[in-house]
Amino acid sequence: MAIVHDIDTGGSTPALEAKRVSVSYGSKRAVSDVSLVVPRHRVVALIGPSGCGKSTFLRCFNRMNDLIPSATVEGEVLFHGQDLYRPEIDPVEVRRRIGMVFQKPNPFPKSIFDNVAFGPRINGFDGDLPPRVEESLRQAALWDEVSDRLDDSAYELSGGQQQRLCIARALAVRPEIVLMDEPASSLDPIATQKIEELIFELKERYTIVIVTHNMQQAARISDYTAFLYMGELIEYGPTEVIFTRPAEERTEAYVTGRFG
Amino acid sequence: MSRERAPAGSEHTSPTPSDPTGATRALGASLPNDRRRRRLGTVFLGVCFVATSIGAITLMVLLVDVFLDGIGQLDPEFLGNYASRFADRAGIRAPLFGTFWILLLTGAISFPLSVGAAVYLEEYAPKNWITRIIQVNIANLAGVPSIVYGILGLAVFVRWMGLGRSLIAGALTLSILILPVIIMAAQEAIRAVPDSIRQAAYGLGATRWQVTRRQVLPMAMPGILTGTILALSRAVGETAPLIMIGALSFIAFTPQGLTDQFTVLPLQIYSWISRPGEDFHAIAAAAIIVLLALLLAMNAVAIVLRNRFGRVRSN
Repeated sequence: MAIVHDIDTGGSTPALEAKRVSVSYGSKRAVSDVSLVVPRHRVVALIGPSGCGKSTFLRCFNRMNDLIPSATVEGEVLFHGQDLYRPEIDPVEVRRRIGMVFQKPNPFPKSIFDNVAFGPRINGFDGDLPPRVEESLRQAALWDEVSDRLDDSAYELSGGQQQRLCIARALAVRPEIVLMDEPASSLDPIATQKIEELIFELKERYTIVIVTHNMQQAARISDYTAFLYMGELIEYGPTEVIFTRPAEERTEAYVTGRFG
Repeated sequence: MSRERAPAGSEHTSPTPSDPTGATRALGASLPNDRRRRRLGTVFLGVCFVATSIGAITLMVLLVDVFLDGIGQLDPEFLGNYASRFADRAGIRAPLFGTFWILLLTGAISFPLSVGAAVYLEEYAPKNWITRIIQVNIANLAGVPSIVYGILGLAVFVRWMGLGRSLIAGALTLSILILPVIIMAAQEAIRAVPDSIRQAAYGLGATRWQVTRRQVLPMAMPGILTGTILALSRAVGETAPLIMIGALSFIAFTPQGLTDQFTVLPLQIYSWISRPGEDFHAIAAAAIIVLLALLLAMNAVAIVLRNRFGRVRSN
């Protein structure tokens, strides 16, 4: 069983709670029996070696695994106390309220403005679009760089800018939670630093769950860290505890770089 | 590697046991059998060039021959006149109009059906054996001879549905003929849309229809249109299925409605070519020039479309 240290949810219901979640692709089990609480307005990092199921687990939180025909998810994921996997829940609604940023920047082949406006548009936003786009770009710390060229193609931006655009695009839908799947793994160190600073600021308004294979990054930006190994949760607790006083031998071996 | 064959003096540059790849030999010093390898390369180049030339020259000869035969007949009267028993009074007004009607109708029928089928197969259909059977069938249908579609058209559209030898019967027949071709081109275009784009849209709370309508189809459209135009240019050149459903070559009016009789350029050409008499052969050549110009124009549009929008950036 996983070792779980004290998680301070501040007395309120957590933003997300996974209860005995397992995911299988066909007969292959990718995540088994993971339970984990995500407190509001905190950054939770999922770490572990490649193929440990951390990305698969992350995708349970907004039902992205539904898009893979062979994937089956068992267990419960509670959001506002409601199980996201109840049959009457619409995955489209789930993804609107729980946003996602992907590993590689994936802007649409459209203008910068249209990229950010896409989410509000498809979700029937009937307010004024330009202020919404500006606000989202400001939150993603991209506004100053693109304010005079909103009609340019998103592909003309650098990789780091594209990723911040993808973050702005996710924020434009006004989600409560943002899931990030190794958002900086394809970026250079300076762009990575900007994304990390951004995550630190975003925590004021959003709850963030981030998958990363970079342990220094997890240590720098997260409040809580979960270590997954071979599809199982090994240890979960405050980041400082996981990195300095882990209770599990495998956790210690991983965070000190002895394997993975 | 036989050392004996190496020319004298190059001994020190040949591969040696301590330097098996010859990586340290001086630049410009050739390996022993380099010359033979180069000669083989040159021979192969020559064979390829001859193969290419045969195709290109044959086409050029045909084009020039048709051009010389037909260019003299090509005048506004030829385009404006109806068919006639006298070659010097005959024109291609009826088949020209017929071809445009067929083009328009066939496109209007086959395009939405094909795109619908392609979207279903790529974005919606579960990946099971039924889908696979449908897929294999479509691929096979693309290879069925066009005369078979003509028989089908005759049985279903002309007889059973009672449409007669009408424009709509011809357009329907040609539509099912090119349906599999467009479906496969559209599928390929849809498949070329990077999955990361779909994921991004789904992640923002888009429904399957919104993802398809607003991201996948716009990105795939240049490819779909290119495929459609190429398929239509095939339909425009078809003769066999239209003979089968009984389209005539002697028509002295332009179609006014879907149920009117019609003729098309390839039929008219076929009928003129099969007559005795040099003068009819000449106007057939002129009609061929018109048909070729039409086909080239369509292919040019397809190429422009592909070059303008074809490169879907996937980063």
